Formats: sequence, C-alpha cells, structure tokens
Amino acid sequence: MAQPSQDVFAPWEDATEKPLIRFKNVTKRFGDFTAIDDLTLDIYAKEFFALLGPSGCGKTTLMRMLGGFEKPTTGAIELDGRDIVGVPPNKLAVNMMFQSYALFPHLSVYDNIAFGLKRGTMDKADIPGRVDEMLRLTRLQQFAKRKPHQISGGQRQRVALARSLAKAPKLLLLDEPLGALDKKLRQDTQFELMDIQEKTGTTFVIVTHDQEEAMTVASRVAVMDAGVIVQVATPDAIYETPNSTYVADFIGDVNLIEGYAAIKGNRAEITWAEGQPVITAKTDLKAGTKCTFAIRPEKVAITAEEPPENRANRVQGKVLDIAYLGNISTYHVELPDGKVIKAQTANDRRIARRSFTWEDPVWLSWTDTAGVVLTK
Amino acid sequence: MRRFSWFNATSLTLGFAFLYLPMIILVIYSFNESRLVTVWAGFSTKWYGELLQNDAFLDAAWVTIKVGFWSSTIATVLGTMAAYVMVRGGRFFGRTVFSGMVYAPLVMPEVITGLSLLLFFIAIDLDRGVLTIVLAHTTFSMCYVSVVVSSRLVSFDKSLEEAALDLGCTPFDAFRSVTLPIIAPSVIAGWLLAFTLSLDDLVIASFASGPSSTTLPIKIFSAVRLGVTPEINALSTIMIGLVTVGVITASLVMKRNIARARLDEQRAAG
Ligand SMILES: Nc1ncnc2c1ncn2[C@@H]1O[C@H](COP(=O)(O)OP(=O)(O)O)[C@@H](O)[C@H]1O
Ligand SMILES: [Mg+2]
Repeated sequence: MAQPSQDVFAPWEDATEKPLIRFKNVTKRFGDFTAIDDLTLDIYAKEFFALLGPSGCGKTTLMRMLGGFEKPTTGAIELDGRDIVGVPPNKLAVNMMFQSYALFPHLSVYDNIAFGLKRGTMDKADIPGRVDEMLRLTRLQQFAKRKPHQISGGQRQRVALARSLAKAPKLLLLDEPLGALDKKLRQDTQFELMDIQEKTGTTFVIVTHDQEEAMTVASRVAVMDAGVIVQVATPDAIYETPNSTYVADFIGDVNLIEGYAAIKGNRAEITWAEGQPVITAKTDLKAGTKCTFAIRPEKVAITAEEPPENRANRVQGKVLDIAYLGNISTYHVELPDGKVIKAQTANDRRIARRSFTWEDPVWLSWTDTAGVVLTK
Repeated sequence: MRRFSWFNATSLTLGFAFLYLPMIILVIYSFNESRLVTVWAGFSTKWYGELLQNDAFLDAAWVTIKVGFWSSTIATVLGTMAAYVMVRGGRFFGRTVFSGMVYAPLVMPEVITGLSLLLFFIAIDLDRGVLTIVLAHTTFSMCYVSVVVSSRLVSFDKSLEEAALDLGCTPFDAFRSVTLPIIAPSVIAGWLLAFTLSLDDLVIASFASGPSSTTLPIKIFSAVRLGVTPEINALSTIMIGLVTVGVITASLVMKRNIARARLDEQRAAG
C-alpha cells in the first residue's frame, strides 16, 4: 500500500504495486471449444480473490492453468514476474486444494499433511513441527493418526487445506472448497478460511459458484461468463454498481426495467412504460440511449401511504405476492401496466401488525441514487 | 427373492457336472489303492508318496515354479507399465493401434504364439531352456496383467496424482508413492493370474522348452502317452489344487481390496 497511514487493503488501486499474478491475453481452447477467451487479469499479493460464475464458465480451467496443470493455447501467465507457462506443477510455489479434496486414502491425516514437506527443501527434523503447526491451525490434532475415511466431511476439507498450506506456498488455489459442506458448516468454514488467510498472509484464489460465499470471503470478486471476465471489483462495488445486467442479475436479487434514457445534466430520465412517470437516476452517461435500470429490492420502499413529493421516484401498484423469509419479506408488486417489481423490507414488527397484505394498493418509491443505469 | 425352479436347478447341475465331473473323477482316482486306473481298490495316499520319490517329476516341478515366478514378475512390471500408459497416456499418436497390440495375444491361437517365439529364439540363436520359457510366458501373460490393472486404473481418481504433483512429486514419484500403493491389490491379483497361467501352459512351453528343461504340464503330457498312471493323477490333483487356490486368492484379493479401496477413495473425496 502506498501510504502506511491508510489501512484499507486495496493494492489494485495503487499504480506502483506489482501484481503477483498476471494473465495477459490468455486463451485456452479444448479442440475447437474456447474455454477461456482472451482474458487479462491482475491479482495482487495477500489478496483473497474469488472467481465467480455459473458452472462450465471456465473457473476450474483458469485455476488449472495457474497450478501448471494446463497450458494456455495463447497468451502469457506470470507469477511474481516469472513466466510460468510450461512449468510443471511440482516446480511451482503454488498449491491447490482440489474440488474433490484428493486426499491420499492410504495415508493418515498426518502423512497427508507431511507428504508435500517430505518432497520439499525442508529439513527432515523440522517436518514434524510444521505438521503439528498445521494440525493446530486447522484444529485436527486429535485426528492425526486417522485415515481420511475415518473422519467427517468437514474434517477432510480441513485436512486438504492443511496439506495445501503446509509448504507455505506463495499462492493457494481453492477450487470450490466448500462445495460438499452443508450450509451451517460452510458459513463457519468461510470465516475460518478468512482467518487462516489473514494469519498466514498467503494469497488465496478461490473458485465458487455461490455468490454469497464470494461476497463473504473475497477482497475482490471476478464475475465470469463463458470464458470471459465480465467485471472485477470489490464485493460492495459488484453489488452496488454492477457494470452489466449479467452481473446485476447474477449477484443477488434485482429488478431490471428496460427503457430509454434521456440525459439531463448528471441525471437520466428513463421512459419505460406508457402512462408511467419517468424514472430519474444519477448517471455518468453523456447521451441518450436504450438502457436497463437495475435496482435492488431492498432499496425500494413500500408504503401504504403516499410517499412525500420529494422522493425522486414514486409508483403505485398492488401487492401480488409476499415471500416471508423470517427476517425479511419480499413483496411482489404489480404495476398498472402489468410489470412486477420486488420490494424488500426488514420484518422489525410481528407479522400480525403488518400494514398491508395481498391485493392491497401500495406505493413504491426510491431515491435517484438507489439504482444504476446499465447499457450492457 | 427369485423362486426356486426345477428348470434352473437342472441347468445348474448339468452345467457344473459338465465342467467338473472329469476333474472330480481324476481327484478320486488319485487316491486309488490299485495301479489300475479304472478299477477302485480302496483309499490310499501312496501315489502321493511315490511322487515325492520321482526325481524327473520333482525337477519338472522346480522348473515350473521358477518359470512361473520369474515370468509372472516380469509380466506384472511390464503389464502394469503398459496399462498405465494406455489409461493415462492421453491421446498419443498410434494409441489405438498400440492398445490393440497389447491385447492381441489374448485372442491369438497359442500354437501361433508358440511357433513364432520358437522361430524368434532360433533366429537370435538363443538356446532353449528356462530362460526361453520365462520369456515366452512373460509375452502372453503380460496382456492379462495389463487388462486387470487397467480396469482398476480407469476408475482411479486422477486428481490424486495431480495432488501428488502439486505437492512436489515428479511424475515417477507420484506413481510410486500414490498410484501404486492404491492399485496394489490389482497388481497382486495380476501377478497371481500370470502365475497360474504359467503353471497351466502346455502349448507355448513345449515350443519354448529345450531337452534340459521340462515343465510339469509337458512332463505329464509325455508320461500320459505311455499310459495313465495313478502317480499322474496325484500330480494333476496337486496342480488343480494350486491353480484353484491361486485363482480364488486372486479374485478374493481383487474383490475385497478393490471394493475397500474404492470406498476409501469415495469417502476421502467427501
Ligand atoms: N480437458 C478438457 N477437455 C475438453 N473440454 C474441457 C476440458 N476441461 C474443461 N473443458 C470444458 O471447458 C469448459 C469450462 O470448464 P471448467 O473450467 O471446468 O468450468 P467451471 O469450473 O467454471 O465449471 C466446460 O465447458 C468444459 O466442458
Ligand atoms: Mg469447476
């Protein structure tokens, strides 16, 4: 980081910072299928970088190229300034935690963790100490002598993590590490991962198709689609200012309203339906264009009374459906032209005291900074 | 549960009788008191005793065991290597042809294999003896080993090998310390299979053997031409016993350990 006084971790904003990993115009083809398409990406040391995307979009392929298991068809990959294309996996200071864990079934937990150390430069006498350290880090001390089939799924996942961290790699790759765990264990493990990442100072690149997971653990998230990266940004930037309808739709819940934006200074006035007031929203756009207005349900206020005149956007409709999720409720509100908009409120009152129910007429309103105008 | 039916029971009895009746008769007559093979004169184990006095048979037995041990050991090494390349080698030039060639000896008539080996040994001027029988047996039993081992490798989780590479193994080290221990039961089963095949073989051995080195099957075959003696029945019974034990052990080792290893692997994979 440039200024020591600033304790926000954001090396990607510092032009003098050298990235740990550089993908330069990397393309990977399998036969005539293009799995990765002209991808350029920088990842910095100590980042917890998440690759997010639907199944089959090329996340694992990208990882495997970093681990030395696949060679890009064209383009270059640099690790710490060194070109790693063609370097075999056993010569790279990169370790991978496999999607299936790939624990050695014939070796004990202890020997699984020691496996890489015995094949490294470490002094033989130092190995037991390092293994113990890893066992402690992942809270596996009492399982050291067990075989992988004698421990639970969550414990196996921690063995895999300990094994891949033991050699203190510059870079740890995690391919859907929590895929096999149930939700509660998953959440606990996410925090554990972040904790371990912070303690060891290792750069993590994690693959996931779970957007919540990516948002929870990552310093930055790359959203992928069919072999290309659509957006790379911090979790909050991805959520608040997606650069395309694909990203807005992929991350969380969103209302997408198509229309035409006319520009008035730093505002867009979006005409979207016959007989409805225009939507006004702050924007950087300079000229009128077709667009999609995206707004998160929790940013749409729902009221029985008419909202004050100074709310930038107000529309009327009736409640079509209510999804009660305990802590929050999502209201599906139908506007006169048939368009359905979702609004979300926190249930800070008991359900019996709710002020509206099915078929009730309601007002929806939001400010001019609540949504984003997207042209992609 | 399926219901018992007379048709099924009859078919089963007939089938097994057809397969095993001749052998059962042989085993019974090996315990016959009388020298006449077809006349039962009471129970005795004296022919087994006489067998132990017969140097020609003992020599042949020793040759057979030596040949079996060496040929199955070499066949296991070569067969495992071939299987590994077939399953893991990816698509290399001529792969289909090569894999077809590995398995061709399975269907090649033994007479032809034997004859071609004989011509080959003569061509390179190799004196026929134990060495040539070992080479000949290695040739045909190696493809059985590679069939057994490759069927295991096909279901072997490749990411285990990748994990080994990732942790700093060279490809050979990954094979030695991860793949081999896990597929060991299949390799052992392949060895046992090769050993029994070698023990059994008459045709190929007769082409490859010389006057100084005779295997048991050859010895039995030539002795029988002078008439069947109870001694030969006894010897054959011992061989049936050995082969049965070999095959059963091989299949048990395969079944039990492979099932367990797969379970381990599945569980380890979560
Ligand atoms: N070895 C391979 N041969 C052919 N196609 C492959 C190979 N590996 C991956 N692919 C294809 O590349 C695409 C991306 O795969 P992958 O990177 O595994 O996706 P993800 O991990 O995002 O689900 C998929 O369509 C997959 O079928
Ligand atoms: Mg994947």
